Amino acid sequence: MSDASHWSVFVNAALVNNFVLAYFLGLCPFFGVSARLETAVRMGGAVSFVMLVASVCAYLINLLLDVVNAPYLKIISYILVIASTVQLVEMLMRKLSPPTFRAMGIYLPLITTNCAILGLALFQTNRGYGFTQAIAYALGAGIGFALALVLMAGVREKLDLANVPDLVKGTAAALIVAGILSMGFMGFAGLGR
Amino acid sequence: MLGKEVSTTDEFVKGLWRENPVFIQVLGLCPALAVSNTAINALTMGLATTFVLLMSAMSVSALRSFIPREARIVSFICIIASFVTAVDYLIQAISIELSRSLGAFIALIVVNCLILGRAEAFASKNTLGRSVLDALGMGVGFTVALLWIGVVREILGSGSLFGVALFPDTFQTWTIMVLPSGGFFAMAMWLLLVNWLNERTAEAEKRAQEATP
Repeated sequence: MSDASHWSVFVNAALVNNFVLAYFLGLCPFFGVSARLETAVRMGGAVSFVMLVASVCAYLINLLLDVVNAPYLKIISYILVIASTVQLVEMLMRKLSPPTFRAMGIYLPLITTNCAILGLALFQTNRGYGFTQAIAYALGAGIGFALALVLMAGVREKLDLANVPDLVKGTAAALIVAGILSMGFMGFAGLGR
Repeated sequence: MLGKEVSTTDEFVKGLWRENPVFIQVLGLCPALAVSNTAINALTMGLATTFVLLMSAMSVSALRSFIPREARIVSFICIIASFVTAVDYLIQAISIELSRSLGAFIALIVVNCLILGRAEAFASKNTLGRSVLDALGMGVGFTVALLWIGVVREILGSGSLFGVALFPDTFQTWTIMVLPSGGFFAMAMWLLLVNWLNERTAEAEKRAQEATP
């Protein structure tokens, strides 16, 4: 078990090593859903929830795989659990809030192939986090993801009104904005380990 | 290009430029940016992805009449995850250093949208031969794109290429290029170049058409 305090695990995941801007995880939804602020907030919420569930499941799976001594099944079992969780969230959302469900469109099932979630499960195992540390890590990562997404959406809404050359419009502009945001997040480097 | 009849060589060639996975379709960005800080990392990642792409395209294409439609995504993911596990252990066996520097990103090939995308959009609907060509073309296109990003980042960020120093000691390295934000900037730069080239060819074609009515 790692001896990092819960608070440092949390801050580390949310700011210092932000999943999107420092680890490049979950870039597809980051560029895909960040055009509007409202969808960005909802997407951030959904991803955070899936992360939390996936983190708890990954911890339990890991215990089980240790017992049966089959580490080579790790990737397959993680991805299956994540796929089922996403399915669950999708059903819940369709039932509870149909407008949100429609607004997220294709990006909701695509959370399955969001590398941030599988990355979270793998990192927490590699670093040997305990149960409560894993939860702190998942919360931090989820909030960090949502924060990056919301910041990006804010900038892109403004960027729509600006006079940008045709060549740069679209993905290239989004990449440059992401690069500048990422430089900003480097300022947090002194906070963690 | 438009009709159903696509020549077999075209299945391979389209991945290299016209439908390049990274620069044109913008798929598989996460690994493209995350491990492209040196050329050797980029090359390893590209080859590993190509292998998984090829093997999963072959399996999916061969099994396409047995996989029920409702369970296809889950089946694809299981197939892909098996090959990724194999590649992960293979790289560990070849070079433990390389495996350490790529870290969890080898395992994350599972969730590379490119692989699932090709399995769903191409391999599950086409014959084995065509799927292999398509996977090879996409894989090579992906590897080359990754290598380009990696080469720029390594030359500017560390002043070397494949670990060999290129400049005299007085060269001031652009540390920003090996840091995460450098990945975004290098990618944006290549994307601009590709957009510009494509726009120029489109314009030249348009002018050629006007000249010969």
